[in-house]
Amino acid sequence: MNAEILSRIQFAFTIAFHYIYPPLSIGLGVMLVLMEGMYLKTGKKVYEIMTRFWIKIFALIFGIGVATGIIMEFEFGTNWAVYSKYVGDVFGSALASEGLFAFALESGFLGILIFGWNRVNAKVHFFATIMVAFGAIFSAVWIVIANSWQQTPAGFHIVGDGLHARAEITDFWAMVFNPSSMTRLIHVLIAAFLSGAFLVLSVHAYYIVKNKFIDLATRGFKIALVFATIASLLQLWSGDSSAKKVAAYQPAKLAAFEGHYDSASKADMYVFGITDPKKQTSFGIKFPGGLSFLLYGNFNAPVKGINAFKKEDRPGDHAIKFVFQTYHIMIVCGILMIALSLYGCFLWWRGKLFNRKWVMAIFCFSVFIPQIGNQVGWYSAEVGRQPWLVYGLLKTSEGLTRSLKEGQVLFSLILFTLVYLMLFLLFIYMMNKHIKHGPADEKNNMIPPGSKRNNPIIENS
Amino acid sequence: MEKFAGLDLQTYWFLILGGLFSAYAILDGFDLGAGALHLFLKKEESRRIAMNAVGPVFDGNEVWLVMGGGALFAGFPVAYATALSAMYIPFIFLFVGLIWRTVAIEFRNKESMPWWRKTWDIVYTFSSISIAFTLGLILGNVVYGMSFNSEGDFTGNFYDLFNPYALITGLTAVALFMMHGAVYLSLKTEGRLFTKLVIMIRRFVLFFILTFIMQAIATIVFIPYIAERFKKYPWIFIFPLITVLSIANIPRLVWKKKYGLAFFFSSVTIASMFSLVALALYPNLLICSVASMHNINIYNAASSTTTLKTLLLIACIATPLVLTYTVFVFFTFKGKAKLDEHPGD
Repeated sequence: MNAEILSRIQFAFTIAFHYIYPPLSIGLGVMLVLMEGMYLKTGKKVYEIMTRFWIKIFALIFGIGVATGIIMEFEFGTNWAVYSKYVGDVFGSALASEGLFAFALESGFLGILIFGWNRVNAKVHFFATIMVAFGAIFSAVWIVIANSWQQTPAGFHIVGDGLHARAEITDFWAMVFNPSSMTRLIHVLIAAFLSGAFLVLSVHAYYIVKNKFIDLATRGFKIALVFATIASLLQLWSGDSSAKKVAAYQPAKLAAFEGHYDSASKADMYVFGITDPKKQTSFGIKFPGGLSFLLYGNFNAPVKGINAFKKEDRPGDHAIKFVFQTYHIMIVCGILMIALSLYGCFLWWRGKLFNRKWVMAIFCFSVFIPQIGNQVGWYSAEVGRQPWLVYGLLKTSEGLTRSLKEGQVLFSLILFTLVYLMLFLLFIYMMNKHIKHGPADEKNNMIPPGSKRNNPIIENS
Repeated sequence: MEKFAGLDLQTYWFLILGGLFSAYAILDGFDLGAGALHLFLKKEESRRIAMNAVGPVFDGNEVWLVMGGGALFAGFPVAYATALSAMYIPFIFLFVGLIWRTVAIEFRNKESMPWWRKTWDIVYTFSSISIAFTLGLILGNVVYGMSFNSEGDFTGNFYDLFNPYALITGLTAVALFMMHGAVYLSLKTEGRLFTKLVIMIRRFVLFFILTFIMQAIATIVFIPYIAERFKKYPWIFIFPLITVLSIANIPRLVWKKKYGLAFFFSSVTIASMFSLVALALYPNLLICSVASMHNINIYNAASSTTTLKTLLLIACIATPLVLTYTVFVFFTFKGKAKLDEHPGD
């Protein structure tokens, strides 16, 4: 293994691990706003307990997200120095905006969210919750813009040549609103909302199955179910428009997603299957002409196949096999979430939502669906972009730090693996403990003397 | 070259970068210092209070590192790429340290088993010391210079990064932060713990003065370009003077029981030391120890003027906002840290 492969593994591993947490905090942030909003509106104690319970879990998730996120900001420099110089002018401003507008907002108000319950009054606390939720969303905005620029570069020109070539911004807004940034941003944000909503659904379903905290669990479940249903249906539309963007701007990637080799007159869409790069065909259950129809509204419209691209400009054979699967798993995850949330709504409408234990048991495990979806979705986006680091401009192999030694990367990779493994175990242990302990906590229900929270709605309820 | 008030855009960015890193050192400096001296606090109660004093603010303080890193990447990508890739292993240690510090603060009070808390106390102290030391080591290497070629590719040896000057700077950083952290904790505590901290401050001030003298001597010995700069611009002497005066002020103010002012002066110490580094380097960002023509400076490392202008605009909009809510958060948590006020525990 050389320094390039090791660096790619390290980046993939650190970003994939990191990405467990940000979608959860984005989604949970919105859930917190909904819960605390319900509390302020109704003044019911149960919503206060619910909000405070989820704030604890939010803090845990956010903490690990930050700890693993700082590495990401600097890993571009350590392992991908040439790339950093190449894109610094463009990418840097997006990252700097993320730090200034988003991350600072989120971390600043998080202190009040977690520790300020008795130090500020109820409305100020709610304001802090909203700011934290916005901060998390803004983070996604800038990071997705930066990543989208790598997928569909715009608003720049290349200065210098050879080793000194780099991209410089010519039009900031064209860079921000590059062809894919908004569709991808919406896709990522909805996926994050789903991650948060399904975490809440999962935990509350667990309490319902265990017959604990029933009043709280059912109320929270309903809030999350409404949110999850809206988000999962929107994701259907957003996924479709994302695929159209990929077809328009990264045709080789879309062809790889669907295992579509020949630029034949019509392109099929697979439900599932395998792709065989040697025979240059894919097998499986398919809708004939389905891809053509989805992209262009016509079953016979031609779609560019993988073979239309030079071998060095398209994903390798293994990458094609890989993204074919990850892309389809992502779609399955999306469909599962729609089915599950719609079925939940149907049962709710019939007044039987909490009557069936097996439905709740399924919801207990539903937290994994958006998580798997997030992971495979990003694998598809990033592996499908290969061999390009910046699409059509800079190859991944060219972006590597030239002075990097194999031993150094191996050392850091092993170190990160060990640290992250322990971090993950701690995270699971703590989550489990919080969930088992549950939302009722006598100590937290007391209003200590000197609290700013002597607000009448609490005392009256 | 476009100029505003006599200074060009690159110089403004150099100043902003210096400001961000100084702010990070001042703010996270007291957290790191509090962490580094954590094991010196013997009683369980003291340790909990000390951690509660840091808990609500350390995340926000760490943001300044993220902003500094972002500003370096955006403003001077070449310097960002070279510094991080050249000091690969130190930076990896820095990140691992930052992870463990966060985890220790988050997890320590979540379980009540003594072994659990003891383990996290040790992790907290050692990660804080290692972060402080690594930050110093990195700054030491920036001042000392590294060997890289015209492309900014590191050509030196891994062990070069552990030269005496960088090691001494690492030690100075630890001592400085410990003093700073002790003064911060004295502001946030009361009773016996407070009395204990006041005694500790004196020891840490002494420890810091010792390392500061070592640092000064090492700078004269190892860093000839700084001496030259002092000869050329004698007014720079104001900064070591401010540094020395503010260090001397700290024990005096502690004696007079003016802890708030003592904290102010330990912040001034950090700021004036950073100003010294900035004045010594300017306009360079990274010194090449083999050929000075390969030095990376604010002109050959900068992004385009369009980007620098955009960034300046972004910073002008965002900075007042960030400052407003930073002050708001600190104001919310003003006063003494208590044992049991945090529901997260």
